[in-house]
Amino acid sequence: MSIDGAQHETLRSLLGAWALDACPRREAAEVTQHLADCPECAEEAARLRDAAARLSTDDPLDPPGALRQHVLDWCLARRPAELPVPPWAAPYATESAKLDALLRDLGPDEWHEVAELPWYGGVQHWRPAEVLCHLAAVDGLLAPALGLPDPVAGAPAPAAVPARVPPQNVLAQAAEPFEQVLPRGGGQQGGGPLGVLERTGRLMADRAGSGPAAVRAMWRRQSHALVRGAALKANGGALVDFGFASVPLRDAFVDRAFECWIHGDDIARAVDYPYAPPVPRHLRSMIDLAARMLPLALAVLRRPQPEPAGVGGPAPRGRVVRLVADGPGGGEWLIPLDGPESPPDHAEPIASMVLDGLDFCRLAAAHHGPDHLMVGEFGDRAAIREVLRAAPLLSRP
Amino acid sequence: MAAAQPTPSRAAPSWDEQIRWRLARGEETALGELYDRFGPLVHGLAGCILDDRSAAQQLTREVFAHLWEHPDAFDPAQGSLRSWLGALTRRRALDRLRLMHTDGRELRARATAARVQYVVESLPDPLRESLAVTYFDGRTYQETARRLGISEQDAKHRIRLGLELLAGELCEEETAERAGRTKWEQPGAGRTDAAGAGS
Repeated sequence: MSIDGAQHETLRSLLGAWALDACPRREAAEVTQHLADCPECAEEAARLRDAAARLSTDDPLDPPGALRQHVLDWCLARRPAELPVPPWAAPYATESAKLDALLRDLGPDEWHEVAELPWYGGVQHWRPAEVLCHLAAVDGLLAPALGLPDPVAGAPAPAAVPARVPPQNVLAQAAEPFEQVLPRGGGQQGGGPLGVLERTGRLMADRAGSGPAAVRAMWRRQSHALVRGAALKANGGALVDFGFASVPLRDAFVDRAFECWIHGDDIARAVDYPYAPPVPRHLRSMIDLAARMLPLALAVLRRPQPEPAGVGGPAPRGRVVRLVADGPGGGEWLIPLDGPESPPDHAEPIASMVLDGLDFCRLAAAHHGPDHLMVGEFGDRAAIREVLRAAPLLSRP
Repeated sequence: MAAAQPTPSRAAPSWDEQIRWRLARGEETALGELYDRFGPLVHGLAGCILDDRSAAQQLTREVFAHLWEHPDAFDPAQGSLRSWLGALTRRRALDRLRLMHTDGRELRARATAARVQYVVESLPDPLRESLAVTYFDGRTYQETARRLGISEQDAKHRIRLGLELLAGELCEEETAERAGRTKWEQPGAGRTDAAGAGS
């Protein structure tokens, strides 16, 4: 039986799938029949079958997540780095590598899963690539301090652009207290940078035509560049304008590590993969940052509430709550209750609260509610409640 | 997803040269980026040959430490860093097995399995992904096309090309082995790594 050239080409194009037993039965039978008549295809089919037979169904063993740090520590013990990563950038380096390892394992279907990203103003619903746009957009706020380009088109915003995002965003109302009350150190940006959701939206729009692999590469390229920038020329004290506050670069890196972990965990939950918490020394710096930011959140919490009627005397001043974070990376912090200024050294805490360090981080990320936590409370319970209610205000999308 | 490349690039990518330079001047970030790009490959090959988790982790440490301590041992003019690390990993893993008096047939079987794994891992992403989805998940090429969001024509094409490249590499290696040297000592195939840092 002879067939024409077009049929030959059609059958030939099926040889790879045929060699993998990946043709529907009818097509497979046609190919098999054709091979008997066509030496050229028969030769190729034999080669491909042979190659297919060598494939193993065993997936290569994934390196355990902790191996990266072990390998790096092992290497650095043998030859110390001339240009080391500053300790304050290390959590971000580790968390971004951990997230990238998760992304490497995502199959095509999993890139379509929708992750939930709660924060105190609501819940964002984003696919993994959109989460990466979000992370890259906010990470990009650190770029100018390191002499790197901002990935968000049109940023930084000119002074004429309002500091607040358009009203259709949930951020508009929810973020209002922050934007009006939290100190905006530096202030050199005039109208301030775009809000984080605005930046995220712009980057998402910009990357709308890209596949997940390209978005992942964009995010990863920037995260590598940021860590390298920190290692090569960082002044940890340079100010980064986050919009609601200006923070030193060394804190900004810890903040980004925190968010990378939290959102990596959001993605992992959506695809039902395990995701390890930060290593203790990195977790400690995240807890430390959140603890130091708490007075700002307390100020926001208190602002709209008038003084209770009928209570005479001046507002309380200089009160301090002791925060004890339990577990790996834990420690003790004194939280000034009545203003961001440092309390007098001799201030005796009016209350002590003990909770798990991871719980505290998830509370500060608004991933846990203040009412469902195991908290050991000693002393002034009202003050402790206030701290617990304030912590989620630190969260952002 | 970018179109499949017809063949893996054989030119030494400038990423290799840059990373070697950065390793030589002692940039810790270069070490991190090196691990991020090649850690899964080195660990996967070590695991494939040694079949022992803790031994695979130890060997991974040694391979990266070797390059970190001797960045000049890698010469970009001789081939890609990917193939250099693959060769180093395989050589050291087989040395370990020999020390444990593994018999020759077993050694050859594990070496071949590692070779196949290396070639598959080094295929351009679209080809590797199409093979993986089709073969490992036991799908028809039509299902693969739907899952990857590509045309059936593309799916067929990528599967065929991927197997063709694998067959070619294996054939070259067998020829080289008959000539008394292994393909692994030769400059190997590079790879377009979409997820890696740009050069």
